[in-house]
Amino acid sequence: MTKSQKSITKEDVQYIASLSRIHLQGDEVERLTKDLEDILRYVHKLEKLDVRAVEATSHVLPLANVYREDEVRPSLAQAEVMKVAVMSHNGFLKVPKVIQ
Amino acid sequence: MKLNELTAHELRDLIGEKKTSPQEVRDAVLARIRQTDGQVKAYVRLSSNAATQEPSGGCAMPVPIGIKDNICVTGEPTTCCSRILEGFKPPYDATVIQKLKESGAYLIGSTNMDEFAFGSSTENSCYGPTRNPWNKDCVPGGSSGGSAAAVASHEAIWALGSDTGGSIRQPASFCGVVGLKPTYGRVSRYGLIAFASSLDQIGPIAKDVEDCALLLGIIAGYDERDSTSADLPVPDYTKALVNDVKGLKVGIPKEYFVEGIDPQVREAINAAIDVLKKRGATFYEISLPHTEYATATYYIVATAEASSNLARYDGVQYGLRRQPVDTRKTPLIDMYEETRDAGFGSEAKRRIMLGTYSLSSGYYDDYYLKGLKVRTLIKQDFDKAFQKLDAIITPTAPTTAFKIGEKTDDPLSMYLSDIYTISANLSGIPAISIPCGFSKERMPIGLQILAKPFDEAMLFRIAYAYEQNTPWHKERTPL
Repeated sequence: MTKSQKSITKEDVQYIASLSRIHLQGDEVERLTKDLEDILRYVHKLEKLDVRAVEATSHVLPLANVYREDEVRPSLAQAEVMKVAVMSHNGFLKVPKVIQ
Repeated sequence: MKLNELTAHELRDLIGEKKTSPQEVRDAVLARIRQTDGQVKAYVRLSSNAATQEPSGGCAMPVPIGIKDNICVTGEPTTCCSRILEGFKPPYDATVIQKLKESGAYLIGSTNMDEFAFGSSTENSCYGPTRNPWNKDCVPGGSSGGSAAAVASHEAIWALGSDTGGSIRQPASFCGVVGLKPTYGRVSRYGLIAFASSLDQIGPIAKDVEDCALLLGIIAGYDERDSTSADLPVPDYTKALVNDVKGLKVGIPKEYFVEGIDPQVREAINAAIDVLKKRGATFYEISLPHTEYATATYYIVATAEASSNLARYDGVQYGLRRQPVDTRKTPLIDMYEETRDAGFGSEAKRRIMLGTYSLSSGYYDDYYLKGLKVRTLIKQDFDKAFQKLDAIITPTAPTTAFKIGEKTDDPLSMYLSDIYTISANLSGIPAISIPCGFSKERMPIGLQILAKPFDEAMLFRIAYAYEQNTPWHKERTPL
């Protein structure tokens, strides 16, 4: 059995949730374990294909390193942008204490 | 016929002849929304100035348009139908919105969608589902279900949607309207709230092919604010609206007509092929051998990109913020985790988790990298087919609209409703869905046409010729 055919456990789901920064509650862990297992079982059909000699396509257009001149241009005013802030203080975003 | 039932090009002509005014059109559409949107629920909110906004006369297209709730409009709530963007009002316009405003368009309101475009039925919206105007027990498709339902029910003259795996074409098919996913790079994504950045495109949903061509003409073009937009001239798409398909070579991929397709859909597609054959197009059976891998590939690539794009919703900057009462880890991490648990619906969590898993250490090669490589094979299938063909024709979806609630407990069966639309996103090519008949239950069936990159004109040419010789786009919903 290859690594990717291993079935997914509740502990795996808890770990992925913590990587995803989502605090799961109640029956969410159980449900997601089953859902992810079903989806991954379907995805395993890709194992039929030998792709060792195939290049990856992360992007369909032949574009690389799209640059522009490094010059100052008009942009949104800070006060305008800060109107969307969920919590702010003196023009800064305010978050809970980081260092105890 | 009422003004709201007309197309944009008909209204443009009437306004030009002074037989009506942009204000009268606006009021007819608003009256229709008041009359029927309680049943359809195509809109999640009207523009703050919906009743007073003055459509500017003298402009190219002063008619009302519905905007999917994931396209930024200055000062108007834009939420992707997610609780996590509660209260967010963008300080800028998406490029497509800027272009629409310059064309005189009147932005009537924001249309419903699956949260962050994650879904095929518009049931994953924090505002509740939209109903299919042809049968209120059925879904309108998704994720641009609100836009498709608004156009089908004449609550908008036309609308914008976005398409990552079929989210314009499948609802257009389910609602009996025209929907187009442009070539990747044809339309700027600046101001489109990202789902999967290598697949997302904004596109038009309209009542007929001519409107679809006009609306693409308004929104298409290079934009330096989207580094993935293509620096190519935009042709006048209305020049492609000729009732002539003589000599065109069209492929029919055998892999699209296998198990799972509703026999009524198959019959309607075959009948459509006959219409085009009679007009002089030549059809060839072709093979796109990696078709069966498209859905699996998509759900790896799209969720990986989504998990990365949605990492920004952490309660720090804008939208929702939640703080648990007790400290679990640290106050800051607790805030992230509580905000994301409360803000994302179950499909969003499923996709973020799936994407995080396939990108995580130890699984990256087996899932994400493998997905990118199979994507190459799927794209090569099309590259090869288009060496000898002008277009490819398939059904847009394997069935007509399904019942509300029918697939909500089985994510995989929901994913498989996109089986015919996903490949166009993976390979970047343009594709259109047009109405091509009705089932015996009187639900619309959609025909999909695919073409070479940046050859939207070919889609319009074939779609227009088909439409000129069939009555489907003139059918009305029972509403």
